[in-house]
Amino acid sequence: MIPPFEIFYAAHRDEVFRFLGRRLGRERAEDAFQETFLRALRAYPRLEHGDHLRAWVFTIASRIVLDEARRVQPQGELPELATEDGLPAFEDLAPLTDDLPPKERAAVVLRYGYDLGYDEIGAALGSTEQAARQAASAGVRRLRKERQ
Amino acid sequence: MTISASLDERFRAAAAAASLLDVAFDVIPDTPIGPLLVGVTDQGVCRISFDAEPEHNLESLARQYGPRVLRSSKPVERVRRELDEYFAGRRQRFDVEPDVRFLPAYNRLVLEELARVEYGTTTTYGTLAAQTGNPRAARAVGTVMHRNPVPIVLPCHRVIGASGSLTGYAGGLHLKEQLLRLEGAIL
Repeated sequence: MIPPFEIFYAAHRDEVFRFLGRRLGRERAEDAFQETFLRALRAYPRLEHGDHLRAWVFTIASRIVLDEARRVQPQGELPELATEDGLPAFEDLAPLTDDLPPKERAAVVLRYGYDLGYDEIGAALGSTEQAARQAASAGVRRLRKERQ
Repeated sequence: MTISASLDERFRAAAAAASLLDVAFDVIPDTPIGPLLVGVTDQGVCRISFDAEPEHNLESLARQYGPRVLRSSKPVERVRRELDEYFAGRRQRFDVEPDVRFLPAYNRLVLEELARVEYGTTTTYGTLAAQTGNPRAARAVGTVMHRNPVPIVLPCHRVIGASGSLTGYAGGLHLKEQLLRLEGAIL
Protein backbone atom coordinates (compact mmCIF):
# COMPACT_ATOMS: atom_id res chain seq x y z
CA MET A 1 0.00 0.00 0.00
CA ILE A 2 1.45 3.37 -1.06
CA PRO A 3 0.76 6.12 1.49
CA PRO A 4 -1.09 9.24 0.34
CA PHE A 5 1.47 11.58 -1.25
CA GLU A 6 0.89 14.20 1.46
CA ILE A 7 2.22 11.81 4.12
CA PHE A 8 5.23 10.83 2.02
CA TYR A 9 6.00 14.47 1.19
CA ALA A 10 5.65 15.72 4.77
CA ALA A 11 7.91 12.92 6.03
CA HIS A 12 10.79 13.61 3.66
CA ARG A 13 10.67 17.22 2.44
CA ASP A 14 12.98 18.68 5.08
CA GLU A 15 15.74 16.10 4.84
CA VAL A 16 15.62 16.10 1.03
CA PHE A 17 15.97 19.87 1.10
CA ARG A 18 18.90 19.65 3.54
CA PHE A 19 20.59 17.15 1.27
CA LEU A 20 20.07 19.33 -1.81
CA GLY A 21 21.25 22.38 0.10
CA ARG A 22 24.51 20.66 1.00
CA ARG A 23 25.14 19.56 -2.56
CA LEU A 24 23.96 22.62 -4.48
CA GLY A 25 23.75 25.55 -2.12
CA ARG A 26 20.54 27.01 -0.85
CA GLU A 27 19.50 28.93 -3.93
CA ARG A 28 19.83 26.12 -6.47
CA ALA A 29 18.42 23.71 -3.92
CA GLU A 30 15.01 25.37 -4.15
CA ASP A 31 14.55 24.57 -7.84
CA ALA A 32 16.03 21.10 -7.36
CA PHE A 33 13.63 20.50 -4.48
CA GLN A 34 10.62 21.31 -6.60
CA GLU A 35 11.93 19.16 -9.45
CA THR A 36 12.60 16.24 -7.10
CA PHE A 37 9.08 16.11 -5.75
CA LEU A 38 7.45 16.80 -9.11
CA ARG A 39 9.35 13.81 -10.53
CA ALA A 40 8.34 11.77 -7.52
CA LEU A 41 4.72 12.79 -8.08
CA ARG A 42 4.87 11.74 -11.74
CA ALA A 43 6.27 8.33 -10.88
CA TYR A 44 4.21 7.81 -7.72
CA PRO A 45 1.20 5.97 -9.21
CA ARG A 46 3.54 3.42 -10.78
CA LEU A 47 5.08 2.37 -7.47
CA GLU A 48 4.09 -1.13 -6.51
CA HIS A 49 4.58 -0.76 -2.77
CA GLY A 50 5.52 1.81 -0.16
CA ASP A 51 8.79 0.21 0.98
CA HIS A 52 12.05 2.14 0.70
CA LEU A 53 10.30 5.39 -0.23
CA ARG A 54 13.02 7.33 1.49
CA ALA A 55 15.82 5.71 -0.49
CA TRP A 56 13.68 6.16 -3.59
CA VAL A 57 13.22 9.90 -3.20
CA PHE A 58 16.90 10.35 -2.38
CA THR A 59 17.77 8.49 -5.56
CA ILE A 60 15.63 10.97 -7.50
CA ALA A 61 17.23 13.91 -5.67
CA SER A 62 20.71 12.51 -6.35
CA ARG A 63 19.96 12.19 -10.03
CA ILE A 64 18.86 15.82 -10.13
CA VAL A 65 22.07 16.87 -8.36
CA LEU A 66 24.01 14.97 -10.98
CA ASP A 67 22.04 16.54 -13.87
CA GLU A 68 22.59 19.91 -12.32
CA ALA A 69 26.34 19.29 -11.95
CA ARG A 70 26.51 18.30 -15.62
CA ARG A 71 24.56 21.34 -16.67
CA VAL A 72 26.96 23.62 -14.83
CA GLN A 73 30.10 21.75 -15.96
CA PRO A 74 29.26 20.24 -19.31
CA GLN A 75 32.91 19.68 -20.26
CA GLY A 76 33.18 16.28 -18.67
CA GLU A 77 34.77 17.50 -15.49
CA LEU A 78 33.25 14.68 -13.51
CA PRO A 79 35.63 11.93 -14.62
CA GLU A 80 34.35 9.31 -12.23
CA LEU A 81 30.97 9.42 -13.96
CA ALA A 82 32.26 8.82 -17.45
CA THR A 83 32.44 5.28 -18.78
CA GLU A 84 33.86 3.83 -21.96
CA ASP A 85 30.67 3.77 -23.94
CA GLY A 86 29.65 7.21 -22.74
CA LEU A 87 26.80 6.03 -20.54
CA PRO A 88 26.78 7.52 -17.08
CA ALA A 89 27.98 5.12 -14.46
CA PHE A 90 24.64 4.81 -12.71
CA GLU A 91 22.95 3.56 -15.86
CA ASP A 92 25.53 0.80 -16.06
CA LEU A 93 25.08 -0.01 -12.44
CA ALA A 94 21.32 -0.23 -12.47
CA PRO A 95 21.00 -3.54 -14.38
CA LEU A 96 24.11 -5.00 -12.73
CA THR A 97 22.73 -4.48 -9.27
CA ASP A 98 19.20 -5.70 -9.97
CA ASP A 99 19.58 -8.81 -7.86
CA LEU A 100 21.03 -7.18 -4.75
CA PRO A 101 18.92 -6.73 -1.63
CA PRO A 102 17.33 -3.24 -1.77
CA LYS A 103 19.53 -1.61 0.84
CA GLU A 104 22.79 -2.91 -0.61
CA ARG A 105 21.65 -1.98 -4.07
CA ALA A 106 20.80 1.57 -3.03
CA ALA A 107 24.13 1.91 -1.23
CA VAL A 108 26.14 0.63 -4.21
CA VAL A 109 24.27 2.78 -6.72
CA LEU A 110 24.44 5.90 -4.58
CA ARG A 111 28.13 5.38 -3.82
CA TYR A 112 29.47 4.34 -7.22
CA GLY A 113 26.78 5.68 -9.52
CA TYR A 114 26.15 9.03 -7.91
CA ASP A 115 29.38 9.48 -6.01
CA LEU A 116 27.65 10.32 -2.76
CA GLY A 117 29.55 10.22 0.51
CA TYR A 118 28.70 7.52 3.05
CA ASP A 119 27.24 10.13 5.39
CA GLU A 120 24.78 11.17 2.69
CA ILE A 121 23.98 7.59 1.77
CA GLY A 122 23.38 6.88 5.43
CA ALA A 123 20.95 9.80 5.54
CA ALA A 124 19.26 8.62 2.36
CA LEU A 125 18.76 5.13 3.69
CA GLY A 126 17.67 6.23 7.12
CA SER A 127 20.67 4.67 8.81
CA THR A 128 24.23 5.65 9.70
CA GLU A 129 27.40 6.37 7.80
CA GLN A 130 28.83 3.17 9.18
CA ALA A 131 25.85 1.09 8.06
CA ALA A 132 25.98 2.67 4.59
CA ARG A 133 29.65 1.75 4.26
CA GLN A 134 28.89 -1.81 5.30
CA ALA A 135 25.91 -2.09 2.93
CA ALA A 136 27.96 -0.82 -0.01
CA SER A 137 30.87 -3.17 0.66
CA ALA A 138 28.53 -6.12 1.25
CA GLY A 139 26.88 -5.27 -2.08
CA VAL A 140 30.19 -5.13 -3.90
CA ARG A 141 31.28 -8.46 -2.34
CA ARG A 142 28.04 -10.02 -3.41
CA LEU A 143 28.41 -8.69 -6.96
CA ARG A 144 31.95 -10.13 -7.18
CA LYS A 145 30.73 -13.46 -5.96
CA GLU A 146 27.86 -13.53 -8.46
CA ARG A 147 30.24 -12.80 -11.30
CA GLN A 148 32.51 -15.72 -10.56
CA MET B 1 16.81 23.22 8.62
CA THR B 2 13.24 22.96 7.43
CA ILE B 3 11.91 24.18 4.11
CA SER B 4 10.40 27.64 4.02
CA ALA B 5 6.65 28.09 3.89
CA SER B 6 6.97 29.82 0.52
CA LEU B 7 8.93 26.93 -1.04
CA ASP B 8 6.37 24.50 0.36
CA GLU B 9 3.49 26.51 -1.13
CA ARG B 10 5.32 26.83 -4.44
CA PHE B 11 5.68 23.08 -4.74
CA ARG B 12 2.03 22.49 -3.83
CA ALA B 13 0.90 25.06 -6.43
CA ALA B 14 3.22 23.60 -9.09
CA ALA B 15 1.92 20.08 -8.44
CA ALA B 16 -1.64 21.24 -9.01
CA ALA B 17 -0.75 23.41 -12.01
CA ALA B 18 0.95 20.42 -13.68
CA SER B 19 -2.28 18.38 -13.18
CA LEU B 20 -0.35 15.76 -11.22
CA LEU B 21 -2.81 15.37 -8.36
CA ASP B 22 -5.57 12.81 -7.97
CA VAL B 23 -7.04 14.89 -5.16
CA ALA B 24 -6.16 18.39 -3.97
CA PHE B 25 -7.50 19.19 -0.52
CA ASP B 26 -7.49 22.10 1.87
CA VAL B 27 -8.98 22.91 5.24
CA ILE B 28 -11.31 25.89 5.51
CA PRO B 29 -10.80 26.71 9.18
CA ASP B 30 -13.51 29.26 9.85
CA THR B 31 -16.93 28.53 8.33
CA PRO B 32 -20.04 29.30 10.41
CA ILE B 33 -20.40 25.56 11.00
CA GLY B 34 -16.76 25.08 12.00
CA PRO B 35 -13.73 23.84 10.07
CA LEU B 36 -14.34 21.88 6.87
CA LEU B 37 -11.97 19.76 4.83
CA VAL B 38 -12.62 20.09 1.10
CA GLY B 39 -11.21 17.74 -1.56
CA VAL B 40 -11.40 18.29 -5.30
CA THR B 41 -10.45 16.25 -8.36
CA ASP B 42 -10.23 17.38 -11.96
CA GLN B 43 -13.89 16.38 -12.20
CA GLY B 44 -15.27 18.33 -9.28
CA VAL B 45 -15.63 18.34 -5.51
CA CYS B 46 -15.18 14.85 -4.07
CA ARG B 47 -15.08 15.45 -0.31
CA ILE B 48 -16.54 17.87 2.19
CA SER B 49 -15.81 16.63 5.67
CA PHE B 50 -16.98 17.96 9.03
CA ASP B 51 -14.02 16.09 10.44
CA ALA B 52 -11.39 18.48 9.10
CA GLU B 53 -8.42 16.49 10.43
CA PRO B 54 -6.45 15.61 7.25
CA GLU B 55 -5.16 12.37 8.75
CA HIS B 56 -8.73 11.13 9.02
CA ASN B 57 -9.40 11.76 5.34
CA LEU B 58 -6.19 11.08 3.40
CA GLU B 59 -6.27 7.28 3.39
CA SER B 60 -9.84 7.01 2.15
CA LEU B 61 -9.31 9.70 -0.50
CA ALA B 62 -6.21 7.86 -1.73
CA ARG B 63 -8.09 4.57 -1.84
CA GLN B 64 -10.99 6.05 -3.77
CA TYR B 65 -9.27 8.42 -6.19
CA GLY B 66 -5.57 7.51 -6.27
CA PRO B 67 -2.50 8.02 -4.05
CA ARG B 68 -1.54 11.49 -5.24
CA VAL B 69 -3.44 13.34 -2.54
CA LEU B 70 -1.85 16.67 -1.58
CA ARG B 71 -2.91 19.81 0.23
CA SER B 72 -3.02 22.60 -2.33
CA SER B 73 -5.19 25.64 -1.87
CA LYS B 74 -5.56 26.89 -5.43
CA PRO B 75 -7.70 24.07 -6.84
CA VAL B 76 -9.99 24.29 -3.80
CA GLU B 77 -10.52 28.05 -4.15
CA ARG B 78 -13.65 27.83 -6.24
CA VAL B 79 -15.47 25.53 -3.82
CA ARG B 80 -14.31 27.68 -0.93
CA ARG B 81 -15.77 30.78 -2.61
CA GLU B 82 -19.08 29.08 -3.36
CA LEU B 83 -19.32 27.85 0.23
CA ASP B 84 -18.56 31.38 1.51
CA GLU B 85 -21.36 32.74 -0.65
CA TYR B 86 -23.70 30.01 0.51
CA PHE B 87 -23.03 30.68 4.18
CA ALA B 88 -23.46 34.41 3.57
CA GLY B 89 -26.90 33.71 2.09
CA ARG B 90 -25.83 34.88 -1.37
CA ARG B 91 -25.85 31.49 -3.13
CA GLN B 92 -28.68 28.98 -3.40
CA ARG B 93 -27.20 26.59 -5.94
CA PHE B 94 -23.67 25.29 -6.36
CA ASP B 95 -22.03 25.52 -9.76
CA VAL B 96 -19.19 23.17 -8.89
CA GLU B 97 -19.88 19.55 -9.93
CA PRO B 98 -19.80 16.76 -7.36
CA ASP B 99 -17.40 13.90 -8.19
CA VAL B 100 -18.89 10.77 -6.63
CA ARG B 101 -17.75 8.29 -9.29
CA PHE B 102 -16.47 5.70 -6.79
CA LEU B 103 -19.90 5.24 -5.18
CA PRO B 104 -22.19 2.30 -6.00
CA ALA B 105 -24.76 2.97 -8.72
CA TYR B 106 -27.68 3.09 -6.28
CA ASN B 107 -25.99 5.76 -4.15
CA ARG B 108 -25.26 7.84 -7.24
CA LEU B 109 -28.87 7.53 -8.39
CA VAL B 110 -30.23 8.70 -5.03
CA LEU B 111 -27.71 11.56 -4.84
CA GLU B 112 -28.71 12.66 -8.34
CA GLU B 113 -32.29 12.89 -7.18
CA LEU B 114 -31.18 14.67 -4.02
CA ALA B 115 -29.41 17.32 -6.11
CA ARG B 116 -32.84 18.40 -7.38
CA VAL B 117 -34.16 19.29 -3.91
CA GLU B 118 -34.29 23.08 -3.93
CA TYR B 119 -32.75 25.51 -1.49
CA GLY B 120 -35.09 26.40 1.35
CA THR B 121 -37.26 23.28 0.92
CA THR B 122 -37.20 19.84 2.50
CA THR B 123 -38.15 16.37 1.37
CA THR B 124 -38.40 13.03 3.19
CA TYR B 125 -36.42 9.80 3.03
CA GLY B 126 -39.56 8.02 1.81
CA THR B 127 -40.15 10.51 -0.98
CA LEU B 128 -36.59 10.17 -2.23
CA ALA B 129 -36.95 6.39 -2.01
CA ALA B 130 -40.11 6.50 -4.12
CA GLN B 131 -38.47 8.79 -6.66
CA THR B 132 -35.63 6.32 -7.07
CA GLY B 133 -37.81 3.30 -7.65
CA ASN B 134 -38.55 1.74 -4.26
CA PRO B 135 -40.92 3.52 -1.85
CA ARG B 136 -39.98 1.11 0.92
CA ALA B 137 -36.26 1.88 0.73
CA ALA B 138 -36.40 4.88 3.10
CA ARG B 139 -33.82 3.28 5.38
CA ALA B 140 -31.46 2.60 2.47
CA VAL B 141 -31.86 6.23 1.42
CA GLY B 142 -30.95 7.22 4.97
CA THR B 143 -27.74 5.23 4.66
CA VAL B 144 -26.93 6.92 1.33
CA MET B 145 -27.44 10.31 2.99
CA HIS B 146 -25.22 9.35 5.89
CA ARG B 147 -22.44 8.38 3.46
CA ASN B 148 -22.84 11.45 1.25
CA PRO B 149 -19.20 12.45 0.56
CA VAL B 150 -20.10 16.04 -0.33
CA PRO B 151 -22.69 17.34 2.16
CA ILE B 152 -23.96 20.92 1.67
CA VAL B 153 -23.15 20.77 -2.08
CA LEU B 154 -25.37 17.69 -2.27
CA PRO B 155 -27.99 18.88 0.22
CA CYS B 156 -28.69 15.86 2.40
CA HIS B 157 -29.58 18.30 5.19
CA ARG B 158 -32.82 18.93 3.27
CA VAL B 159 -33.98 15.35 3.83
CA ILE B 160 -36.00 14.83 7.02
CA GLY B 161 -38.29 12.24 8.56
CA ALA B 162 -41.91 11.87 7.45
CA SER B 163 -43.03 13.08 10.88
CA GLY B 164 -41.09 16.31 10.41
CA SER B 165 -38.32 15.34 12.81
CA LEU B 166 -34.82 16.11 11.57
CA THR B 167 -33.81 12.46 12.18
CA GLY B 168 -30.02 12.47 11.72
CA TYR B 169 -26.97 14.14 10.16
CA ALA B 170 -23.36 13.09 9.76
CA GLY B 171 -22.14 16.43 11.09
CA GLY B 172 -24.56 16.37 14.05
CA LEU B 173 -28.22 17.36 14.21
CA HIS B 174 -27.38 20.88 15.36
CA LEU B 175 -25.62 21.49 12.03
CA LYS B 176 -28.58 20.19 10.06
CA GLU B 177 -30.80 22.56 11.99
CA GLN B 178 -28.37 25.44 11.46
CA LEU B 179 -28.27 24.86 7.68
CA LEU B 180 -32.07 24.59 7.37
CA ARG B 181 -32.42 27.76 9.43
CA LEU B 182 -29.90 29.55 7.19
CA GLU B 183 -31.98 28.55 4.17
CA GLY B 184 -35.22 29.64 5.86
CA ALA B 185 -36.63 26.13 5.63
CA ILE B 186 -37.35 26.13 9.37
CA LEU B 187 -37.73 28.99 11.80
